[in-house]
Amino acid sequence: MSQSYNRGLVEDFGRWREFSAGMWAWIFHKFTGWVLVGYLFTHIAVLSTALTTPQAYTDTIQMLEMQPIVRILEVGLLAVAVFHILNGLRLLLVDLGVGLEAQDKSFYASLVLTGAIVVASIPTFVAGAF
Amino acid sequence: MSTQVPETQETEESEAETETESVPVAQQRRQQRKADRRERVEERERERTEEEAASDENRYHLKVFRYDPEVEGKQEPRFDEFHVPYHKGMTVLDALMYARDHFDSSLTFRHSCRQAICGSDAMFVNGRQRLCCKTQLSDLEEPVRVEPLPHQEVVKDLVVDMEHFYDQMEAVEPFFQTNDLPDGELDEQRQTRENREKVKMSTRCIWCGACMSSCNIAAGDNEYLGPAAINKAYRFAMDEREGSDMKEHRLRILEQEHGVWRCQTQFSCTEVCPKDIPLTAHIQELKREAVKNNLKFW
Repeated sequence: MSQSYNRGLVEDFGRWREFSAGMWAWIFHKFTGWVLVGYLFTHIAVLSTALTTPQAYTDTIQMLEMQPIVRILEVGLLAVAVFHILNGLRLLLVDLGVGLEAQDKSFYASLVLTGAIVVASIPTFVAGAF
Repeated sequence: MSTQVPETQETEESEAETETESVPVAQQRRQQRKADRRERVEERERERTEEEAASDENRYHLKVFRYDPEVEGKQEPRFDEFHVPYHKGMTVLDALMYARDHFDSSLTFRHSCRQAICGSDAMFVNGRQRLCCKTQLSDLEEPVRVEPLPHQEVVKDLVVDMEHFYDQMEAVEPFFQTNDLPDGELDEQRQTRENREKVKMSTRCIWCGACMSSCNIAAGDNEYLGPAAINKAYRFAMDEREGSDMKEHRLRILEQEHGVWRCQTQFSCTEVCPKDIPLTAHIQELKREAVKNNLKFW
């Protein structure tokens, strides 16, 4: 079939309103996965450049923790990590063939649980920064 | 088809016209009768359309995808709007057929049995792959958007090229084969009830291609077998009558790079399957079978 045409948004994220639970779980899992990979490399880069003296390490950490934006990003990191863990457990169950009929419910459960944990952790994370 | 009636009348009329000179009386009378009948038919047709127009509020608004690479002016995809008179129990396919028969005879789509068995009329209706003949209009929000299946080449209007889908289906050898034969020449190959129950859902596939179209992975990876083909393989791999040799052979096909491992459990296929086959569950089970088959710790 040489004569066809590009259907554009019909075939990609233009349809996001019609995505189902399993699809969202997949997208979020990919997204959080990439964020975690990105964080891991930044983490290693920042800490390894601060390892010259003990004082340099303390200074770097203090400088970072002073900034409100870093505190907020830490909350985001927690959210991403918790969702990735919980959805990972969900995928483990899916791989084992347990409760495949309830896969959408387990996705919603992991979302709700992530939200709860993140909200509960906000006071600890932002304490003293603002 | 009701549109056929006036058409045949017209051809008869034109034939009659060519031989009007020096016509015998009997023929004149016959022509007169035909003309009368035509008038009556037209009258009835007019009444019917008036009736339909009267029930305007009871019409369903359809937006149907149109595209034809062979006709200039249709090469740019567009949506045509049809207002189809609704009757109780009307499906999307009924509405499309009405639109084709009464509004635009060039509207092209596949359909055959109209009872969810032939698998010809899977389309993208209101943002989801559905079998048009088992989708009630009353379940849908207006306007009802009817589009061809995504991730497949559009041939014309709502018709997509299914060649690739059929290739994938055939790649898994979708037929019963065994070297595990019973002893006696006339013995039957029996299947236990439990085993039949196990493969029951997977036998229901009607090759409509809805699952393949809904699968993101199949869209990005042309070599991926796709949910339908893997389900077909499941149907035979899990059938005890095929014997262990055959199962080994089937798993070798399935456990390749573009076989079962490409599934990332989005559950799109399971969600859209018009026959409610638990496709993801079957793919996952084959993954586990493949692992067991290769590890052989036990």
